[in-house]
Amino acid sequence: MMTETSKKPTLGLKAKKRIGVISTYVVLTILSIIWIIPILWIILHSFREEYNASGDFVGIVVSHYFPKSYGVENYRLLFTASYYGVQNAFIKWWTNTLIVAVFCCLISTFLVLSVGYCMSKLRFKMRKPFMNLSMVLGLFPGFMSMVAIYYLLKAIGLTQNLFGLILAYSAGAGMGFQVPKGFFDVIPSSLVESAKLDGCSNFKIFIRIILPLSKPIIIYQLLMAFTGPWMDFIFAKVIMGDMNPDKWTVSVGLYSLLFGPQADTSLFSQFAAGCVCVGVPIVLLFMFLQKYYVEGVTAGAVKG
Amino acid sequence: MANALSKKRSSFFEPVINFFQGFHKRFVDGSIGTKLSHFILGAGNLYHKQFVKGFIYLALQIVFVLYMVLCPEVNGTPFGYKSLGNLITLGTEEGGTTIVGGRPVQIPTDNSVLMLLFGIVTLGIIAVYLIAWISNIKSSALADLAIEQGKKPSTIVEDIKSLLDDRFHVLMLTPTLIACLVFTIIPTIFMISMAFTSYNELDMKIEGTRLFNWNGFDNFVYMFSGGNTLGEEIKNRFIPVLIWTMIWAVFATFTCYFGGIILAILINKKGVKGKKIFRTVFIMTIALPTFISLLAVRNLLNANGPVNAWLMNMGITDKPISFLQLEPFDNSPMIARIMVIIINMWVGIPYTMLMTSGILMNIPEDLYEAATVDGASKMKMFFKITLPYIIFVTTPYLIGSFVGNINSFNIIFLLTGGGPAIPNSKFSAGQTDLLVTWLYKLTITDKQYNTGAVVGILTFIITSTLTLFTYRRSKAYNEEDTFQ
Repeated sequence: MMTETSKKPTLGLKAKKRIGVISTYVVLTILSIIWIIPILWIILHSFREEYNASGDFVGIVVSHYFPKSYGVENYRLLFTASYYGVQNAFIKWWTNTLIVAVFCCLISTFLVLSVGYCMSKLRFKMRKPFMNLSMVLGLFPGFMSMVAIYYLLKAIGLTQNLFGLILAYSAGAGMGFQVPKGFFDVIPSSLVESAKLDGCSNFKIFIRIILPLSKPIIIYQLLMAFTGPWMDFIFAKVIMGDMNPDKWTVSVGLYSLLFGPQADTSLFSQFAAGCVCVGVPIVLLFMFLQKYYVEGVTAGAVKG
Repeated sequence: MANALSKKRSSFFEPVINFFQGFHKRFVDGSIGTKLSHFILGAGNLYHKQFVKGFIYLALQIVFVLYMVLCPEVNGTPFGYKSLGNLITLGTEEGGTTIVGGRPVQIPTDNSVLMLLFGIVTLGIIAVYLIAWISNIKSSALADLAIEQGKKPSTIVEDIKSLLDDRFHVLMLTPTLIACLVFTIIPTIFMISMAFTSYNELDMKIEGTRLFNWNGFDNFVYMFSGGNTLGEEIKNRFIPVLIWTMIWAVFATFTCYFGGIILAILINKKGVKGKKIFRTVFIMTIALPTFISLLAVRNLLNANGPVNAWLMNMGITDKPISFLQLEPFDNSPMIARIMVIIINMWVGIPYTMLMTSGILMNIPEDLYEAATVDGASKMKMFFKITLPYIIFVTTPYLIGSFVGNINSFNIIFLLTGGGPAIPNSKFSAGQTDLLVTWLYKLTITDKQYNTGAVVGILTFIITSTLTLFTYRRSKAYNEEDTFQ
């Protein structure tokens, strides 16, 4: 009798657990669908090839979610059309962004790792003041300085120039040292101290001990700095904003297809195709390096 | 109490006093070289036969003097000593044409913006020069000390070695500091100083001038009392924008924070398979540039878009809903405000989920085991163990994301553009505009540079008081060394 009553609740508990798991699946699936709807929509409509009754290509936003017919006309138009008077504008914007991203990624990563190392493993007089300075500067809205950077670059003739954009993007990188610092902090100080006893200089410790142990954070920083120029929109818009469309980055260019002096609502499907050309490489990169990305996010979170 | 105060004061002034005492001592006790290096950079090093170092300092001084004396001009505006004078006047020449000897002669207009900028740049250059000056004296004094102790002054090889070892931080931080000075500090000072000028294209047009001037705290007074050409409007807009910014920041932060925690708990629940697939879906949305996802959502919610078509097909509404109030609006701005908060959840939740997932896995398992032994329910364990642990670990992040949300630009700019606009408004702060998007509009669209700068400074004051009070008291900041 005793065993019978004790058996029954266990069965109920199991069933309860199962219901819990199933309902979790249901909720997660619904949430995933909600998160995928806009993305899938952009992808579908980049392949939309519909013509209206009079035979004209339909490019505007339409009320049906799934296109009625598919094709690659949008991509053909995107790669061959001239926007804002620039031949093959999209290809030009895309390469511009790639150039900026590659340089940014190298310069920024170097800067941020060197600052992170100094802040984590070295002790010097200006350390706390430097940390406070970086925090105070970080509190100013970025736009405060953006307009001034525009004038500054203009004064030295570097607006409307990719080099100016590279400088402006990478200059602030060192101030984002918290993530690598958080990571370096976890590397045991005893390792550094024993190397010092063996007569290693700080430079050697950085190159031979810290960097080889920091592959995740190096990759994280490279990833962040590389994707930055693809994601940023407003900074490039202000600095490259003058009518000089052959120097735009993709985000400014694609935005200008929908908004701006020569915007056209019928360019929406070409905009979607452009988004796919930008989004797919970036998303794949993230997926591929997901492990490192997650590690970086966690390192940044715990240390603030 | 008074004792503690005086103690604090002395500790504040101590470095300053030490600094000047050091100067006095070096000048009086130093060798001829050290004394000379107060006037000629590198003299001390040359005296001690440290030629490379000496010539570098000397070259620095020559470049600096040439810069200050020759006043190179860019776009007709001089740098050098002239820029310091211009910084005070901000330009006096209105420009135009005058008749000289029967022929019209063009007189160029002074460019107040460049004068302000170049003046500040020159101040920055002077600051860098002063640092070089001090380091030159110190370097000579160091060589004096070496001789006094019977050693030789350091050679260039030794200097480079020391730069790679005990002075490694100097080598590593210099690029960042210079970049920071040029691209952050000088621009920020430039924009701050605009708040104290009359640089406002609307006003300047009315007054028929192309120059602007310093005007003290006038712009701050206008902001709270009205008074310039913007009149009452600026005053009437500031408080509502501020209130909406705060409401937005609170909702945006906490919806994403708790939403992300719940999502992380769901994904990491025991017995749920395919964790990786679910996580990948959400990471995908983080990876996607926000200008793409936000413009996609904006078009999805378009009056002619699929969402409205669904709602009408299902008979929920008979005419399209203007979710973001982009079309001529029929409802209150409330719907646009609610929508931006909801869409922000779409953007922000995956990020918090990712972060808390890592933290969830780090919660010591024995805490739960002990709780289970004590007979605690799942609910109780969540509220007594999981949640407090996550909140404790992520407090700095929470503060950071609150400040980030106050300064969140993309969401508002790309979704609503700050709209719906206020009817009959002279300038463009809409009903969903945050302080930052308003700042952007004031400077870029309306060319109200001084008012924009005032908004920027007020935003800074708000965010910095919030952060400094909470962050500096947090354990993570004060006891950072204890973790190592």
